[in-house]
Amino acid sequence: MKSLKMKKEFKVIAELLPNNTRVLDVGCGDGSLMNFLKEEKNIEVRGLELNQENVQQCIHKGLPVIQGNAETELHQFPNQSFDYVVLSQTLQAFYNPEEVLKNLLRIGKAVVISIPNFGYWKVRMKLLLFGEMPVTKTLPNTWYNTPNLHMCTIKDLFKFCYEKNINIKQVIGVNEDKTSLIKKSNLEIKNLFSKLGIFLIG
Amino acid sequence: MPSLAGLFFWMNRKIETINKITITKPLKLDCGKTIKNFPLAYETYGKLNENKDNAILVFHALTGDQFVTGTNPITNKEGWWVTAVGPGKAIDTDKYFVICANVIGGCMGSLGPKDTNPENNQPYGLDFPVITIKDMVKAQESLLEHLGIKKLLCATGGSMGGMQLLQFCATFPDKAFSAIPIACSSSHSAQNIALNELARQAIMADPVWDNGKYVSKNVQPKNGLAVARMVGHISYLSEKGMQEKFGRKLQEKADYEFSFNADFQVESYLRHQGYAFVERFDANSILYITRAMDYFDLSKQYKGGLVEAFKNQDTKFLVISFSSDWLYTTKENKDIVIALNASGADVSYSEIVTDRGHDSFLLNEPEFLKTLKGFIDSMYEKFKNEKRI
Repeated sequence: MKSLKMKKEFKVIAELLPNNTRVLDVGCGDGSLMNFLKEEKNIEVRGLELNQENVQQCIHKGLPVIQGNAETELHQFPNQSFDYVVLSQTLQAFYNPEEVLKNLLRIGKAVVISIPNFGYWKVRMKLLLFGEMPVTKTLPNTWYNTPNLHMCTIKDLFKFCYEKNINIKQVIGVNEDKTSLIKKSNLEIKNLFSKLGIFLIG
Repeated sequence: MPSLAGLFFWMNRKIETINKITITKPLKLDCGKTIKNFPLAYETYGKLNENKDNAILVFHALTGDQFVTGTNPITNKEGWWVTAVGPGKAIDTDKYFVICANVIGGCMGSLGPKDTNPENNQPYGLDFPVITIKDMVKAQESLLEHLGIKKLLCATGGSMGGMQLLQFCATFPDKAFSAIPIACSSSHSAQNIALNELARQAIMADPVWDNGKYVSKNVQPKNGLAVARMVGHISYLSEKGMQEKFGRKLQEKADYEFSFNADFQVESYLRHQGYAFVERFDANSILYITRAMDYFDLSKQYKGGLVEAFKNQDTKFLVISFSSDWLYTTKENKDIVIALNASGADVSYSEIVTDRGHDSFLLNEPEFLKTLKGFIDSMYEKFKNEKRI
């Protein structure tokens, strides 16, 4: 494999996606994940991105991207038109994450979601010991300028999937360069020590 | 100032000198009539490379012509898309071979209503057949054949040019590697038909128009045509853009004149645009071309609607709209994207935020031009690689 510089989270997501599939990257940013999937895994990629500059970067890289807001514009993608839909660290920023998730599951045969874990011990400590809203590397914003409206923990998303009858295929916890499989049996401990949770559902 | 008749004579003489081909193959028009042995005027910029993989076809808008960039030899003014096309520009003529043809129904050398009807040796006038966007596009496909281009690197166009492009992609799905429809629509809206009707009624209300027979008298219904152009110019701007550009500023005067002269700058602007236009355009051409736009409804041509129109597309699309464009709105452009998505086509979309309205695609809009350049350059790399394989 070419050594494309990419953050650990994207490497984990990329490993979850089989070669030669069709993938929609919702909130695709500057297209670095899409580029990797396309070049290394022969995946047919499409992106949805709100930011003009990011859209331009994708277009410069020759990556198909649609400028738009996932909150309001997922309706344009037909049912089950992608093998996978990827949503990286934005679920918590939507007004209505439940509706967005429903749409993702409608569009993709399976969905990969990553969330910054509000259950991570440093986050919990910050609130418990200092009585302040946590600011960490994964959650760099302060309470008044954070885009995150619906923070949740890995455990919350687990519970949500059970309640809504959404099939969980695999959950991976990420802490810096380390990854681990999360199951019902180790959920409590992994919820404490994972900075990110990556869910494969649907 | 030369007389209008003199000007026409002089323009017609100059038009004799522009590039054109004669299309001998009969073209069956949507209206049922057939035309053959007709002229199609075109212009090219840059050089076609040996592999013939650097050709870009530009479709012009309602009042455009084949003179995309450089100096228009007929009007001696800059080409209409000089901001985007030229050496070192977004569509770089040092690198790409740019082709543009005058639409049939137009008045810049391609067959149009001011030409002579071989049946009676009189100018066609209203005897000219009603043409459609599809007819225009079919004629231009013959030009590609003539130039020996099997597959274009890219085809693009704004406004009616974008409509031609959508039709081109639907009718000839394997002719363009990539396509950039800009500020257009897949079917003309009620509002746009209404504005076109306003333009037509202005022309037809001018007594000089005389049921389109003015051509043989070497005159032009310039008052009507100027009003038609003013309607257009209002629709090309946005409310905010117009307010910022003109506001209530007066035209070279300190106070109201208490008359109906052009007191306001915006009035003066419209009058200038209107009357400058009559010197380069034919009133009947406006009737025919606006009609073609009104009849355009790509979804009507296919049983399964717009999605069906784009089935089996290998073409890679980039749709671009402008936030303040109320003539061809973001919504209409997004509908194209939705249909392309639903048909599984490779589509990108960008909405450029600007106050400059529909006109934006002709102006120096850096974000727009950057997007255009990025897409075309990346498509060229892909196209070259694909051809090698």
